[in-house]
Amino acid sequence: MTRILAVDDSRTMRSMLQATLTDAGFEVDVAEDGVDGLDKLEGAAPDLIITDINMPRLDGFGFIEGVRAGRRMASVPILVLTTETGEHLKQRARASGATGWIVKPFDETKLISTIQRLVV
Amino acid sequence: MNDLNEMFFQECDDLLEGLSSGLNELENGSNDEEIVNSMFRAVHSIKGGAGAFGLDQLIEFSHAFENVLDDVRAVRLAADENVVALLFTASDHLSDLVDAARNEDQLPPEQGASILSDLKHMSGSLDDDSHAHDGRGEEDPPAFEPTTLTVDGGLPPLDDMLSPTAPTPLTITFKALPQLYTNGHDPTLLFRSLQELGSLTINADLSSISLLRDAPWSAPTLSWTIDILPDDSVDEAVIREVFEFVEGLCELEIQSHASAPPIETLPPLEEHTQVPQSGAPSLGPDPRETKETGVKPASGSKKQPAARSSTIRVDLQRVDQLINLVGELVIAEAMLRQSMDEMPHSANGSVDEAMSQLKQLSGAIQESVMAIRAQPVRGLFQRMSRIVRETSKEAGKSARLVTIGDATEVDKTVTERLVEPLTHMIRNAIDHGLETPDQRLAANKDKRGTVTLEAAHRSGRVVITLSDDGGGIDRAKVRQIAEDKGLVRPDDDLADADIDNLLFRAGFSTANEVSNLSGRGVGMDVVRNEIQSLGGRVSMQSEPGKGTSVTISLPLTLAVLEGMVVRVADQTLIVPTLSLREMLQPGQASVHTLCDGDRVLALNDELVPIINLGAALGYRTDPVCLGQQSLLLIEDDSGRRSALAVDAIAEQREVVIKGLEQSYQSISGIAAATILGNGRIALIIDTDQVIALPGRMGAAEPPAPGATGDVVNA
Repeated sequence: MTRILAVDDSRTMRSMLQATLTDAGFEVDVAEDGVDGLDKLEGAAPDLIITDINMPRLDGFGFIEGVRAGRRMASVPILVLTTETGEHLKQRARASGATGWIVKPFDETKLISTIQRLVV
Repeated sequence: MNDLNEMFFQECDDLLEGLSSGLNELENGSNDEEIVNSMFRAVHSIKGGAGAFGLDQLIEFSHAFENVLDDVRAVRLAADENVVALLFTASDHLSDLVDAARNEDQLPPEQGASILSDLKHMSGSLDDDSHAHDGRGEEDPPAFEPTTLTVDGGLPPLDDMLSPTAPTPLTITFKALPQLYTNGHDPTLLFRSLQELGSLTINADLSSISLLRDAPWSAPTLSWTIDILPDDSVDEAVIREVFEFVEGLCELEIQSHASAPPIETLPPLEEHTQVPQSGAPSLGPDPRETKETGVKPASGSKKQPAARSSTIRVDLQRVDQLINLVGELVIAEAMLRQSMDEMPHSANGSVDEAMSQLKQLSGAIQESVMAIRAQPVRGLFQRMSRIVRETSKEAGKSARLVTIGDATEVDKTVTERLVEPLTHMIRNAIDHGLETPDQRLAANKDKRGTVTLEAAHRSGRVVITLSDDGGGIDRAKVRQIAEDKGLVRPDDDLADADIDNLLFRAGFSTANEVSNLSGRGVGMDVVRNEIQSLGGRVSMQSEPGKGTSVTISLPLTLAVLEGMVVRVADQTLIVPTLSLREMLQPGQASVHTLCDGDRVLALNDELVPIINLGAALGYRTDPVCLGQQSLLLIEDDSGRRSALAVDAIAEQREVVIKGLEQSYQSISGIAAATILGNGRIALIIDTDQVIALPGRMGAAEPPAPGATGDVVNA
């Protein structure tokens, strides 16, 4: 089963992602911020990561850079969950190593099809 | 979805609380970067959630709010007085919007219109580009140059666009740059997506592959040529979308073949899908198939990896149930101890030891269970900061709220029921307590008044103090009003403290006209009643020119009550110590019999009616000899005193309150019941009602408030 690690500091968003993705047949782990996400990375061994940008302690960009700098999960696809659509954000996300992005509020179908595009 | 909704609003409450505490710190001159960051995140999270639930009003407002915070965060905007004031107003309005959304309502748009336009104006005066992103600001340029996309074919010819049923074959040239791989992309997945859009022929350009030992593995540069015949209704834009995420990470060229060979000449398609290297992963099965054939986990049948979280949500009823059970446990423990004590002593040390361990444990359990209901007063205090802002604005005064000890924990029920009285007290403090800015300047004070809310734990109780640095109570005026209203006589000798406490008397209001602000038609007596119904006490201290403070002392929980165990006509009763002032043995000299047989107690200069508790509650009809009785001096809400005559006073102890209303009608004079250590039920006296009951041993005039200061409290 495809495993997903969802990183978001909003517990509403975490629950929402967990519910949506679990219903779609994914196995979901959640983390509260970038630091928590990096902590849980090994254990969760995700096939794909979804992360928010604005988070305390370590934001989404920092988290992505952390994942990419690691050894075991360096090439896992990472989707950025964002409310913004600006070009600047996309560039920044790409620069830090994001694979793609989803604009909040996400459309369930779109979210799942995007995930399926990125996992084997 | 309702659960999520509920969760969202709870989260909003927490976020608003955080926002508000951040604002307070900002106002107090803190320039910690993280404060503004966390405020930004709070508003941002509200916006995100609002987006998910389609709460448009909330989205629009939080977006404007967030932009201003972003400017403050990026130091494009200085957090001066005006900005902080606007942020406060905006935070209040945001909280209103959240409340409205919670009630599935909307606020009339004009309500927040001016705040919204102020916010927009404040951030709009800056360069608009600065808000076009989600990031930290311009100091972070993109780490790489986006690759220009070359689109040779351009748009498909017009007639193709007009007849989408005849798709145009396309040739896609795709060269992956190294970063494509490091960003977690896999070209085969792109091809898989393309496969869903039409028929493909993929050719890998192997010419760029060098020998294995020379291969720069960090920089693989394979390229592919893909011929695609799109399915019906798939146009070039849809195909481009597949490459959306790899834009800038590859060289991409899409050529349209308007004059393409007829479809029949194309080879059968699926078989010709070539994957470049033998080692490269082949195209997997359609993920949608996997999904459809895979068994969907039945909800609840499979444990999800639990989200690690520092809190759980529990139904309040369960907690109450637990508190009840622990109360029973403590009682059972006391019963056991009592029957052990009554047994012939068998010098069994180990049982004694086990018993004392049990007692310790049950005590610890009781404390921990009570702590479940405990909540820091922070949320309550922060609600008050809004009251301070609004009231001072309405009253034309300048005030700020300082909170101390807002981590102090109090029973949730208590904090909820403190909202009204505290609101009222704060309105009073600002409306009547603080002087106008001019008066303050004239008195050599800071133009801006300070209202301080302090919470602390003191000997098993919570003490909340509200103080202001205003002008203090105008005692002459208070006394004058009290005389006018007939509350005191002109010749009464009143201590300062007595005058201050006149403010708590029913129907007292110092405002010359009933002020809509603090008054709302009620006085401090309502505050006092509310506090007393929580088992609390309230008192007021004031110093002319320096200010006034009101002190509320509350029990930590409503489930336990401190009481005096007394015996009356073979009944065991509990008198709450809260209303108990003094215990005495009546000497002959101090008891006077009035002409109708009622008796009163002379206490200093005051005559206090004596209530025969046994008779008042209907336990006995025969007269009692006062000489063999003990007296408990009690005081009711309005300061009226009585002496309760009881047969014996046993001990002072904490009792677990058991409501009676569920099983019985409300009985006049009885507040509740408890179970004692010996397993017997004891009724808890409602002292206010007892004072009003017939059956007293004497009637006397209401005591003069002048005696207040003369009695030493029990």
